[in-house]
Parts: sequence; structure tokens; C-alpha cells
Amino acid sequence: MTTIDQVPSITVAKRGESRAWRKMKRNRSSLVGAAIVLFFAILAVAAPILPIIDPIATSWSAIRKAPSAAYWLGTDDLGRDILSRMIWGAQASLMAGVVSVAIAVVIGVPFGLVSGYFGGWVDMVISRITEALLAMPFLIMAIALAAFLGPSLMNAMIAIGLSAMPIFVRLTRGQVLAVKTEDYVEGARAVGLNHVEIMVRYILPNVFAPIIVQATLTVATAIIAEASLSFLGLGQQPPAPSWGSMLNVAKNFLTQAPWMAMWPGAAIFLVVIGFNLLGDGLRDALDPRES
Amino acid sequence: MPVYIGKRLLVAIPTLLIISVFVFSLQKLLPGDPILAMAGEERDPAVIEFLREKYHLNDPVPVQYVRWLGGIVQGDFGISLRTNQPVLELILQKLPVTIQLAVMSMIIAFVIGIPAGILAAVKKNTALDYIANIFALSGLSIPNFWLGIMLILLISVNLGWLPASGYESIFVDPVRSLQTMIMPAFVLGTALAAQLMRHTRSAMVGVMSADYIRTARAKGLSPREVVLSHSFRNALLPVVTLSALLFGELLAGAVLTEQIFTIPGFGKLIVDAVFNRDYAVVQGVVLCTAVGFILMNLIADVLYVLLNPRLRATL
Repeated sequence: MTTIDQVPSITVAKRGESRAWRKMKRNRSSLVGAAIVLFFAILAVAAPILPIIDPIATSWSAIRKAPSAAYWLGTDDLGRDILSRMIWGAQASLMAGVVSVAIAVVIGVPFGLVSGYFGGWVDMVISRITEALLAMPFLIMAIALAAFLGPSLMNAMIAIGLSAMPIFVRLTRGQVLAVKTEDYVEGARAVGLNHVEIMVRYILPNVFAPIIVQATLTVATAIIAEASLSFLGLGQQPPAPSWGSMLNVAKNFLTQAPWMAMWPGAAIFLVVIGFNLLGDGLRDALDPRES
Repeated sequence: MPVYIGKRLLVAIPTLLIISVFVFSLQKLLPGDPILAMAGEERDPAVIEFLREKYHLNDPVPVQYVRWLGGIVQGDFGISLRTNQPVLELILQKLPVTIQLAVMSMIIAFVIGIPAGILAAVKKNTALDYIANIFALSGLSIPNFWLGIMLILLISVNLGWLPASGYESIFVDPVRSLQTMIMPAFVLGTALAAQLMRHTRSAMVGVMSADYIRTARAKGLSPREVVLSHSFRNALLPVVTLSALLFGELLAGAVLTEQIFTIPGFGKLIVDAVFNRDYAVVQGVVLCTAVGFILMNLIADVLYVLLNPRLRATL
């Protein structure tokens, strides 16, 4: 590739990026989403250095205390500080959301690329398997996988990632089908590039926008799924904190300590809204059709 | 039409086979050897060998799969380790409970979601539209098990209006049945209503800029007639398809909702099976859900053709 060839493509990409960014900045709800996500991300990363009580330190003298100056969000059934467990729980939730979607993308996108690019029997086999996997409801598949893999946060992330994977295969395949007849792909083939080079350098960058949007929205789904699995005891194991397992315990103390159930659910709700707003905003910003 | 349905059923067969391979391989994921657990403390080699022969575990894996599939096709889903009942019997026992919950949730979702979607589309970009969208976003983002817990806290614990848990068949005591089911149905219905609202809205917005709507207005039809008999009928197609697809989500949502409201349905069955390491039941439930989902897809396609006069003519 000569430099002359590269110049136009770079400027086009830059213009596209800045236009998307401009649109993103104008869209107030996506900025709210980004702010919510950023807030929880900072909490999650800063958890070890924040001046908070040890999240697994129990205190028999402070069992199920209502929110107060000493315990801002109250304490749980073992006298642990809920605020501290919420902050550490943010780490588990965000990590589960991001890691499981990363698993889904890393496995799903290459299959989608290969399926759409080569077509023929490869496409048929991959498409049939994808359809079959999509016929199993996401959460039921994740529960079944997590049950058979054994309960742990890592296995929950694998289970959620594998369950979300077929969505990315289908999405990538569809995008590749739309892009692969474009002139620049023909051009790359004419220049004599091999299949891998064409897929990675010419097709992948041009199908990436919808994948990013889908990934952002899937993080929201994955966070709810992780909370659901932890709620059922199939995710994060006690005493390590996670929002889902906190709710699992809290439902036994609804009459005595309702605050135990309020905060973790509210946090899941908020962070999921954040990712959904961000995903919707990204979709509008990256969509070339709308002005 | 029968030919069309027949063709669609044939296409479903490879999908079902792939699902069966997946469900069968689940048991191979299990850490540890189930036979060692069954053989007890002594681990007598003779006993282990006997159990291996009894459960055909000495056969090659593909042979095991074909034998397992042969059983499934004849309705033999295995035996529940916990209750010693055939798995299929157990599933059929629990299914009516979940179907009642699903139907009630769907009714709630339609009653809220479709009018809200129509209204948001007709009043596009007004405060009403924004409020409807905020509710839809919240409905999509709220973890339904938390919504369930909060409703129990508010309505059962604080106000004492409805029972927090329990189940009664609608054929035995209809009033009590509705009382116990209305909260879980609402919890499940809200998430579906949110999706229905969004789809109805976007379908309506698309249809309402069509030429025939302008014609309908121009010839002097009332706004009500334009919206309901011209716009909505045409916007209905994607909504019908979506409703059938939401069924899968309904079953998955039922898992946690039934857990919270202790409703002895399909969802509670899979959770209890997971806790009791009753793997045959887990496999049976996953398989049945997938079959149900494929059937609903088929129904959606058939409805799509029936509701669309242009497609109907091609049959």
C-alpha cells in the first residue's frame, strides 16, 4: 500500500468519527448514559483505594442497622456495610458485563465474518447452528450452562458470553453480506490480498459500528443476567459481594431490613439504563442515514 | 397453507437436532464422574463397572447420543433424580401454571404496550411521547426480580393488599388464583410492554407517513378512523411477529419471577433442578423451551402470512 492510497481513507474515517462525535454530544440522553456508566466504572476501579469499610468484615454489634451517619446505606444480616459491598459489587457487575460481552464478541464476530465472507456450505453450517442457539432463550441457556459448569463468577461470565455469542454471529454475518460486494473489497481482491487480509483490513473496520452498538446494549443485558445468576446462587459466591447475591439474601429480610433490597436493585437498574442510553445514542450517532 | 406449514416444520428439524446435540453435550460438561458419585464411598470396581454398563457409559459418545435422542423422540426425557418421576410428566405438570402466568403477562403487556405505542406515535415529539419513552426505557432496564421484590415490599408487606406468594389453580379458586398471579404477571408484563410499545411506536411512525394515510385524511375520515383502521392495521404486522418472539423471553423471565413469588411453574422447576443437581430435568426444560420457542416462531410466520393479503395471495 502506498501512502497516497491511505490518505483518503484516513481522512474519511476521521470525518466520520468527528461527525459521530458531534451527533453524540448533541444527544443529551446518551451523555447522561455515558455519565452513569463512567460513575460506576470509577467506583469499581477505585474500590480498593476508597476509604470504605472492608466489604466482608462482619460485625455482630451492627446487624441489620438502618441507614445512618456511620453506615450510609445501612448494614446487612451479618453486620456488613452495604455501601462498601455496593461499591465492590459494582466491580463484579461491570466486570461480568464487559468480560462476558468480550467473550461473545471474540467468538461470535470471527464466525460471522467467515460465514458471511465465504458463503456456501460454511455459511450454511454456521447459520444453522446460530439459529439453533438463538432458539434457546438467553437466560435459560445461561442458567443451564452455569449449572453444568459449576457456580462461580468466572463460569457465569463464560455462560453469559456463550449465550450472547449467536447474536454477534448473526449481526456480523448480515453486515458482511452487505459490505463484501463493495468496490473497495473487489479492489483489495484484485490487488491480490488474501482472504484473511481482506476480512481483517477491509471488511471488519466497515462492519464494526453496529457491532459496537450491539456490544454496548448487550453489556446491559449481561449485567442483568449476571445479577440473575448471582441471585440464583450461580454467580459470585459468598462472601464476595455482588448486587445479585445481595438481593438474594435481602429477599429473606424484607420486613426487617427493606434497605438491604433497595440499593442493589436500584444500582443494577441505573447502570443498565446507563448502558441502554449509551447504546441507543451510539446507534443514532453511528448511523450514516440520519442527519 | 398446509404445504407452507409442512415446509416450515421440515426446516425446523435440523434446528431441533442441533439443539439436541447441545443439550446432550451439557451433561459432558459436568465436572467429575457421576458414576463415582453414585457408587458411594467404597468405589467397588465391580459396582462402578455395573453402573457404567447399566447407563451405557462404556459406549462411544455418538452411540450414547443416538440412544438418548431415541428416548427423547419417544417422550422419554429420563427420570428426575429427586422425585423419581419421569421428567416429561414433571414438565407437563408444571406447564399449565406457567402458561397461565404467560397469558396474563401477555394481556397486561398488550393492554399497556400497544395503546402507549400508538399514542406515542400519534403525539410524536410531544411530552406524552417522551414520557412513554422514559417508561419504556425503564421497563427494559429494570431487573424483573428486583421489581418483584419491591412490589412485594410495597403491596404485600406495607399495604397488605395482595398475598406475597403462593399459587392456586384458576379452575379451583379463580379469585385466589388471580390474586396470587396478578403481581408476577405485572412484573413479567412490564418488560414486554416496554418492547411492544417501542415496536408499535416505530411501526406506526413508519406507516403514518405513507401516502394512503394522507389519502385517508384527505377524503375526510376522522383521525380516530385513520389511526385505528388504516394505520394500526398496517403497523400490526411487525407487532404480531414480535409478540410471538417475546414468548421465549417470557419463559426466561418466568424463571426468576416464579422463584420470587414461589409459584410452582416451569421456571421454578429448572431452578430447583439446578439446586438439586437434577440434570435430566434441566436438560428436559431447556429442550422443551426451545421446542416451544420454535413453535411460536412458526405461529408468528403463519400469522404474518395470514395477516398480509399480498403474501396470502401467493399461497
